[in-house]
Amino acid sequence: MSTIDTESPSAKQPLWTRMTHAHHFRSHDEEFDACKIGMWLFLTTEVLLFSGFFVAYAIFRAMYPEAFRGGSHHLDWRWGSLNTAILLISSFTIAYSIRCAQTNNQFWLKFNLLFTAFCGLAFAGIKFALEYGPKWAQGKRPGILYDYPNPVNESEPLWWSVYYMATGTHLAHVLIGTAVIFIIWYRATKGMYGPKHYTGVEITGLYWHLVDLIWIFLFPLLYLIH
Amino acid sequence: MSDTSSNPDPHEFDAVDHSHDHHEGSYLEPAGGVWATIKQWALTKDHKKLGVMYMFAVLILFFLGGVAALGVRAELWEPVRYKTTTTVNDQGETVTTQEVTGQIFNVGRPKEEPVTDADGNPVLDDNGEPLTETVRVYNLQTGNETYNRMFTLHGAIMVFMVIIPSVPAALGNFFLPIMIGAKDVAFPRLNLLSWWIYVFGSIFAVASIFLGGVDTGWTFYTPYSTTTDADHWRVVYMITGAFILGFSSILTGLNFVVTVHKLRAPGMGWFDMPLFIWARYATAIIQVLATPVIGVTLLLLIMERLLHIGIFDPNLGGDPVLFQHFFWFYSHPVVYVMILPGFGILNELLAVHAHKRIFGYRAVAFASLGIAAVSFIVWGHHLFTSEGSLAATVFSALTFLVAIPTGVKMFNWIATLYKSSIVLNTPMFYALAVLFLFAIGGLTGLPLATLATDMHLHDSYFVVAHFHYVMMGGTIMAFVGGLFHWWPKMFGKMYNDRWAMVGAVLVFIGFNVTFFTQFFLGTRGMPRRYASYVDEFQIWHQISTIGSYILLVGFLIEGAVLLHAMIAGKKAPPNPWGGMSLEWETESPPIEHNFPHEPIVKHGPYDYDEVVPPHWDPKDYPLPEGAPSHHEPGHH
Repeated sequence: MSTIDTESPSAKQPLWTRMTHAHHFRSHDEEFDACKIGMWLFLTTEVLLFSGFFVAYAIFRAMYPEAFRGGSHHLDWRWGSLNTAILLISSFTIAYSIRCAQTNNQFWLKFNLLFTAFCGLAFAGIKFALEYGPKWAQGKRPGILYDYPNPVNESEPLWWSVYYMATGTHLAHVLIGTAVIFIIWYRATKGMYGPKHYTGVEITGLYWHLVDLIWIFLFPLLYLIH
Repeated sequence: MSDTSSNPDPHEFDAVDHSHDHHEGSYLEPAGGVWATIKQWALTKDHKKLGVMYMFAVLILFFLGGVAALGVRAELWEPVRYKTTTTVNDQGETVTTQEVTGQIFNVGRPKEEPVTDADGNPVLDDNGEPLTETVRVYNLQTGNETYNRMFTLHGAIMVFMVIIPSVPAALGNFFLPIMIGAKDVAFPRLNLLSWWIYVFGSIFAVASIFLGGVDTGWTFYTPYSTTTDADHWRVVYMITGAFILGFSSILTGLNFVVTVHKLRAPGMGWFDMPLFIWARYATAIIQVLATPVIGVTLLLLIMERLLHIGIFDPNLGGDPVLFQHFFWFYSHPVVYVMILPGFGILNELLAVHAHKRIFGYRAVAFASLGIAAVSFIVWGHHLFTSEGSLAATVFSALTFLVAIPTGVKMFNWIATLYKSSIVLNTPMFYALAVLFLFAIGGLTGLPLATLATDMHLHDSYFVVAHFHYVMMGGTIMAFVGGLFHWWPKMFGKMYNDRWAMVGAVLVFIGFNVTFFTQFFLGTRGMPRRYASYVDEFQIWHQISTIGSYILLVGFLIEGAVLLHAMIAGKKAPPNPWGGMSLEWETESPPIEHNFPHEPIVKHGPYDYDEVVPPHWDPKDYPLPEGAPSHHEPGHH
């Protein structure tokens, strides 16, 4: 939305000093506030989106406690913990990258963004290669695709449906977030972010924290509660 | 406006200001060639162009959904009967013939039939297998299936593609920024994205119709929606279409909330906003909070159909009632996404065409927020017959809460009209029609919220009549009234008020003939969504069908009047009605950036007793005795 001043004598200055706000805003601060409110509203919609999975989890857990206990035992809490750690660290690095933008610490801004993006990839890699892949191969699949020879309870397919839908939607958010962070990192390499202009880093950070937060709820519900 | 703080010099300020105003002409000015103009519109970030595109899309789909409704009404002219006649032929044998009567629409159903030769032996293909061919079967059942597809088509189009975007996206996009004195919405690019998401989602939904249609009803109740037409993808297309349309709704709502928070013109506090903006703001909050839930619901439904994940499938331990809860947790609040903007328009119509301050401005503003808040805790009244009795009792009690803010609004509107200077033109006629029709629609909601009476009226034509009085008598009437109110502003052309009035009267009569009869049908036990009925209902159905065709004539006249105005209407002045809100201060049609300078708000939107409306001469607008002397003819 922002436009770039290419004409004034300051055109040799870093890019972030030349970013001006979009013409329908009165000031840069107003644009920054607007983007932040917009992102908070968007995060509200994300919470409500995931609320559907949490409600489904609560209801089916109440209906079929045995199936959920049995299903939960199939998940390896160690991989879940590792992924939790990865997301928590990435939340720190993206928060740090916002601070770096504010203090014009360009190297650590770029480093932290890139590190966060690779955390996102690592999370997805663990999820696909070490969790979904082996479980799918063993027949632990959702609904009628379920093909595991010795289920604890006949409703166990429903547990896997909730598991795959909730973590799958979360994973989609991780991947989208990772892609956005790569874009923000690319822009940071062009010098677009600095103390006067860091809206993009800030709202991406907000989004990434939400992705982290949702996992913080999914992890104990799915992996730890027996 | 650019960075003013670094440019204290007024001349530089002006220079900077104008550097952005390349186009001081109308927003409708074409870009040059045909292709350039198409590209200009397709990629526009201008909220006015987007509003106009939404409006035409909505009107086209309104026509499509309306044709489906007329088909439904035509089918109901006569009850479907399976008539068996026994005759004795020339050889003295008894011959029984069966024929279906009263069935108009029957698209049949494809079926694989073995191919037989002249002697009736099956024909084999090269591998020795019996050869089959696809034939279309037409019988009683396929006719009823056609009927189911028609009313699903009507419901899905009207709800997801017409009413939800009608006022919120079409008129909201065009007028929300102008009425708060902004140049555009907060996120213009996101606004363009919302539009294309809407187009994309509508294509999915319409494609499913052309692939044979969907017979689930617009509510997609499971387990029917997960099992019907199992050999085809069209149900998935329709659900995907609704899923995609949800994103458009969320992003538009989000955009408008931020716009109202951040982009109000200097001098415009929250209580200086026109009430249309308050209503649209409350609507946007519902859109943002409710729509994600339908998103996850439809996502689960799509997976249910494609992979049979079992969440809603009782065979796998799932729960179909969970779907109903999820669905109505969105779809009840969304009823207020449909009606609240209609209420908002009503404020503008009544105040401007009666030249009077809205009675109880703050009460009406807070009533909008109150309705939005209550809307989230009443979804269970759609499930009275499928949830526990305690839940039903609680939801029934909560549902009555809706009547309070709605009643506040009704009384305030009627009080606004008291001792006002009513000009009985087309917009005012529609406003009065909404007051009348919505009163009926609202009051008939009460017996449906009452558990004991709802057991009788549930899923009957009484419900159909009730929500048509609210959705069509309320929202669509207010939308059309809003079109007549703002058409001169949007396109800079006046319309023929006499013909518009003829159409409006026909619409009003046709509407009541169509739907008032359905209250009688419902109380007598006619269930909704049936293609046939017992004989004593026929007279009511026929009256209703006649009414629907009067409605068609009325809307065709209105459409012709509006199109004629666009092509050959007289040039509209900036403020044809003497309105007080900001959209009447700019040109008709508005210039590219809405206002030549950022407007400074010095009076409220309804200060008819103290201020001469913008572009009016004080001589032509005598203020009442005792009005303050500082007549502020708006900002220039």
